[in-house]
Amino acid sequence: MTEQAAGPRTGPGPAESMRHARRAKHRSAYPYTLYVPAAVVYLVIFLVPTVMAFYFALTRWTLFDSTFVGLENFSDFLSEQNLRIGFQNTLIYAVVTSGLKVVLGLLLGVALTSKLRLRGFLRSVVFFPVLVSTVAVGITFSALLRPDTGLVNKTLALVGVDGPDWLGDANTALLSVALVDVWKGVGIATVIYIAGILSIPRDYYQAVEVDGGGAWHRFRHVTLPLSWPATYSVIILSFIGGLRSFDLIWTMTRGGPGFTSDTIASIIYKQYQAGFFGLSTAGNVLLFVVVTAIVVPLNYFLGKRQVAI
Amino acid sequence: MRALRRLGVEGVALVLATAIFLVPFSFMLLTSVKDTVQSADLDFAWPANWPVVQNFVQVIEARDYVLLRAFVNSTILTVASVALIVVFSAMAAFVLQRRAGKVGRVADFLVLSGLIIPPAIVPTIWLLQALGLFKTMPGLILVEVAFGLSYAVLLFRAFIAAIPRELDEAAMIDGCDGLRLFFRVILPLLRPVTITVVLTSSVAVFNDFVNPLYFLPGDDNATVQLTLYNFQSQYNTQWNLLFMDIVLITIPPLLLFVFFNRKIVAGMTAGAIKG
Repeated sequence: MTEQAAGPRTGPGPAESMRHARRAKHRSAYPYTLYVPAAVVYLVIFLVPTVMAFYFALTRWTLFDSTFVGLENFSDFLSEQNLRIGFQNTLIYAVVTSGLKVVLGLLLGVALTSKLRLRGFLRSVVFFPVLVSTVAVGITFSALLRPDTGLVNKTLALVGVDGPDWLGDANTALLSVALVDVWKGVGIATVIYIAGILSIPRDYYQAVEVDGGGAWHRFRHVTLPLSWPATYSVIILSFIGGLRSFDLIWTMTRGGPGFTSDTIASIIYKQYQAGFFGLSTAGNVLLFVVVTAIVVPLNYFLGKRQVAI
Repeated sequence: MRALRRLGVEGVALVLATAIFLVPFSFMLLTSVKDTVQSADLDFAWPANWPVVQNFVQVIEARDYVLLRAFVNSTILTVASVALIVVFSAMAAFVLQRRAGKVGRVADFLVLSGLIIPPAIVPTIWLLQALGLFKTMPGLILVEVAFGLSYAVLLFRAFIAAIPRELDEAAMIDGCDGLRLFFRVILPLLRPVTITVVLTSSVAVFNDFVNPLYFLPGDDNATVQLTLYNFQSQYNTQWNLLFMDIVLITIPPLLLFVFFNRKIVAGMTAGAIKG
């Protein structure tokens, strides 16, 4: 959008309007001073540390003084098995959570926009976990997933399945946490899909009906393609969240057993606690790189069909 | 027949949703009202005794009333952060939406970066320490504001785009300057979206665990989320108290949800779909 002159125009002519433009800039209706408070907080608290991280990641660092060590922290990060597994886990976690949120969110979105009775109630029930503290959810599910007394395994035992020690087994720990993440976060995906589906013009559905198409046809050729913006939002949001996730993993497994469910974010915390500030910051830089390397291209490709913000 | 089948499908869906989504909450409630011995089983059983009041009093009194102090701290944190987020981001969003140009493009980029980039933890600590704000409430408030601005700006901006510019021009002709235009004319019009921003940011700040963990550690300044975390290690034998804590902490979001369900959902979807 173009800038608008603030004052009343006095007359035509190039010289006149140029002078006018300059004056208008001084007394613009939209002074940049309104940016100042937000800009100061954002720059000082967010941007400066983000930029400084690139330097401190190259140092051995005690907060008070730092020795430059080059890329040592990064090579540590990439060579140590315990740290490298964090990468893999971060990616697995993000892919699993966002994939499931898209599929389940879409299904729930379709179900909760149909003529289901109690759909208001169900919407609330699905959405409420979004508002509950992650730590609380983590503690609750840790109890539900306990190997012998936990409700999940007791229920499985009823149908004759011998459930594993979900959080104590290296093979299931990360996925269990990811599933709990989906339980907590699918509500957002669902309401985004509901908004997306409700914004599809009814004419399309009527057209399918005229052509004699059934429910599957409606879903496959109308709902699915036209809820694309919702899919796009859900994928981007849950990818950003999934790559950065820390709370749930930390409250449920502390990265354990061993290091098998560590993600980059939990390693950052562990290294920080251990006093390896340079290493911790290197983790932060790597997380930054991973997030931008995935989300920015994803945003670009998925967003091609999206109108600009 | 068809109606019957639909009823069946609905019934199954209802039972499934209830089981999956409500059982964990009932588990929280049930465990929080059991006695210590029974709660240690951590199973999904009906309480044998109902020491509700006793658990409540015990968890409040624990560790020299840490939970009460935590509620006070969390309230201060939430109110202050949200107030600043609302004012700062509304101001910025107004200029951002109305005035294009180089500065606008940079600001746009920064807003998006704020949504995507994970904050650099230890450098932030280093910076707060240099400012004398590490392990202080004002420091944590500033952190929450800095991390919460971007999303709020998006919401405000989308709303401001729908306010006609003619209004600005009319106000200017009446002699308003930029600041007065914003505070006298625009800000009052932002009420609906302000409520949305207040709700979504409040939930985010109140439930935040990571930032207090890093930037405001210690029992003195604990926020409610940290009490959960600290109780988790301390109350390994008193699960009923831990879950009573969970229940108490879940009440504020529950109240918001009951009263402002639609607004919250609207805020969270508007930001996603349009932003």
